[in-house]
Amino acid sequence: MLEITNLHATVADKPILNGVSLHVPAGEVHAIMGPNGSGKSTLAYVLAGRPGYEVSEGSATFGGADLLALEPHERAAAGLFLGFQYPVEIPGVSYLQFLRESLNSQRRSRGEAELSGGEFIKLAKAQATLLGMDAEMLKRPVNVGFSGGEKKRAEMVQMGIMNPKFAVLDETDSGLDIDALKAVGAGINRIMRAPEKGVLLITHYQRLLDYVEPDKVHVLRAGLIERSGGPELAHELEREGYAEAAA
Amino acid sequence: MNEAVKNRELKEKISQDYEWGFVSDIEQEFAPKGLNEDTVRFISNKKNEPEWMLDWRLKAYRAWLEMEEVSWAKLDIPEIDYQDAYYYAAPKAKPKLASLDELDPEIRRTYEKLGIPIEEQKVLAGVEGAAKVAVDAVFDSVSVATTFRKELAAAGVIFLSISEAIREHPELVQKYLGSVVPQRDNYFACLNSAVFSDGTFVYVPEGVRCPMELSTYFRINAENTGQFERTLIVADKGSYVSYLEGCTAPMRDENQLHAAVVEIFAHEDAEVKYSTVQNWYPGDVEGRGGIFNFVTKRALCSGDRSKVSWTQVETGSAITWKYPSCILKGDGSVGEFYSVALTNNRQQADTGTKMIHIGANTRSTIVSKGISAGRSNNTYRGLVRVLPRAENVRNFTQCDSLLLGSDCGAHTVPYIEVKNPTATIEHEATTSKISEDQLFYAMSRGLDQEAAVALIVNGFAREVLKQLPMEFAVEAQKLLGISLEGSVG
Repeated sequence: MLEITNLHATVADKPILNGVSLHVPAGEVHAIMGPNGSGKSTLAYVLAGRPGYEVSEGSATFGGADLLALEPHERAAAGLFLGFQYPVEIPGVSYLQFLRESLNSQRRSRGEAELSGGEFIKLAKAQATLLGMDAEMLKRPVNVGFSGGEKKRAEMVQMGIMNPKFAVLDETDSGLDIDALKAVGAGINRIMRAPEKGVLLITHYQRLLDYVEPDKVHVLRAGLIERSGGPELAHELEREGYAEAAA
Repeated sequence: MNEAVKNRELKEKISQDYEWGFVSDIEQEFAPKGLNEDTVRFISNKKNEPEWMLDWRLKAYRAWLEMEEVSWAKLDIPEIDYQDAYYYAAPKAKPKLASLDELDPEIRRTYEKLGIPIEEQKVLAGVEGAAKVAVDAVFDSVSVATTFRKELAAAGVIFLSISEAIREHPELVQKYLGSVVPQRDNYFACLNSAVFSDGTFVYVPEGVRCPMELSTYFRINAENTGQFERTLIVADKGSYVSYLEGCTAPMRDENQLHAAVVEIFAHEDAEVKYSTVQNWYPGDVEGRGGIFNFVTKRALCSGDRSKVSWTQVETGSAITWKYPSCILKGDGSVGEFYSVALTNNRQQADTGTKMIHIGANTRSTIVSKGISAGRSNNTYRGLVRVLPRAENVRNFTQCDSLLLGSDCGAHTVPYIEVKNPTATIEHEATTSKISEDQLFYAMSRGLDQEAAVALIVNGFAREVLKQLPMEFAVEAQKLLGISLEGSVG
């Protein structure tokens, strides 16, 4: 479903990714782990099309189409979702307005009918409730005054509303207490565990993987996939640290 | 003697009194180019005005001759040749469009984005023969207008063009005209006083809450009112009225110079809410051909506990010079100013407000949101003045600027003059750039770049937009997005 081949990328002319190759078939959840500065977030941004993250070599296809040729919003419409490590505040714009406009923009470009205000609010409330978030919070400006944990939970509510085909989740577990972690884990399973969907889960720690069991675990270091394995690899990293595991 | 006969006699009298040839030809539709006393007499005559009105205009004209243009604003104003302009119904420089296909595709696209119905587009674009039909189509003419007038009449509200009001309610007009903005107030207000073409008069009687929002939409048909518009709103004791001015569609005008005056007089316990969307043609990318908009808007909160609230969304014109103000004379009176001023390309705006606290316990709120893009310059200029006898005054000012790109300018020029130590004055100001983080976040959720910019800018302006009446607010939101198209990336 997501096929990354020999991907090289630079940020401000500095090489960060140095030939990443990765294949996530439909129906699978892959975890990417690795020490700080290994290029995990860069990979996420490159996949989502962030300006300033230049691909110098290699390719990435999504459902057979050239992902890198698309604008960020076209990637979203194609079914790609990025869960942000640091969700961004947009003062003066309510979550409801933001998400309704975004979703309808995606639907328009897919040739689907737009959701009415009523339909959208129903959907948004249902998703918020499933993730244990007070639906009233959706009336507030996007991420303004949200705690770190609330922001991450709200990212998952967004994912539930968008219902993407593929999610790249960048350290969605950071800053979560144990209850929030459980709720987020359950959300990922509920929304994304399906034969036609896929997930790339970027994390530092094993703990989210207790709730979302990956099919594969990859270790990214210095812009390269250093090792790949099954779920047991994550446990090994947790026990021994990245330095040991690399040896 | 009926009205028509009276008018004819008056006209004849005036044309006999003066020997200038063109005045006697009452069929002539426009005054010759240039400005002199004849022009002023021509306009007054055209409008069948009573003598006192003509005298008032002439007095203004003579005062204007001795005045000088203002130069303190942060505006680069090209020299204006006042003799090279038409002051009444300029002849059409070019034939009307035969159909919408002849319209500048850029403007047509904007109409479509704003969702303006085809017939209304024709009126705005000046397509031949469209006006009559389209106005009927758009405003459902007779039925809407009649229902509307009936309801207002039942409430006792007077809502007329100022020309009609001068003839039908001379005592009211004479009493209040120039009472808030004196003729000599400034160069442009003085010019307006001499040559104002038309405008609106509103009178809300004591204790009446105007049953609907008054919009210039409902008394369209008066062409050519845009150039030197004159508006006078009088709210008698304990009354309330909300007035909407302007239009979100880009308005073309062959007259480059605009100088409007708006006066609001609020008696005891009266409240007036005045909302404007200004979208006069801003000129092309290089700023060529845009409107120069010099506006004097002022409210006198004369009575105790009166309240006037100005809300403006300014996106048009090549040059905007405009400071809707409140003189808070009555004890406990309240003034508010909510403004969004957006400039793009080569536009220049110098806009803000004046809050003059004279009465005790007067309060004012100023919220200004400036958005600059392209190579434009956007200045907030605001005065908060507290007079010595004004006890316990409160003012809150918030002044935010948002920059798009690195070639534009945002400037904030607050003047605070406090002569009474009991005053509480707060001033907050921020300047920020639209952030790449915000843009990317919104785009990653499915919005294209223009939609993302529009969303962020609207969020920035939210506090002001929410002051607008609902349907106006929705249009204003779209307008902000459209005005910024192509300004990022």
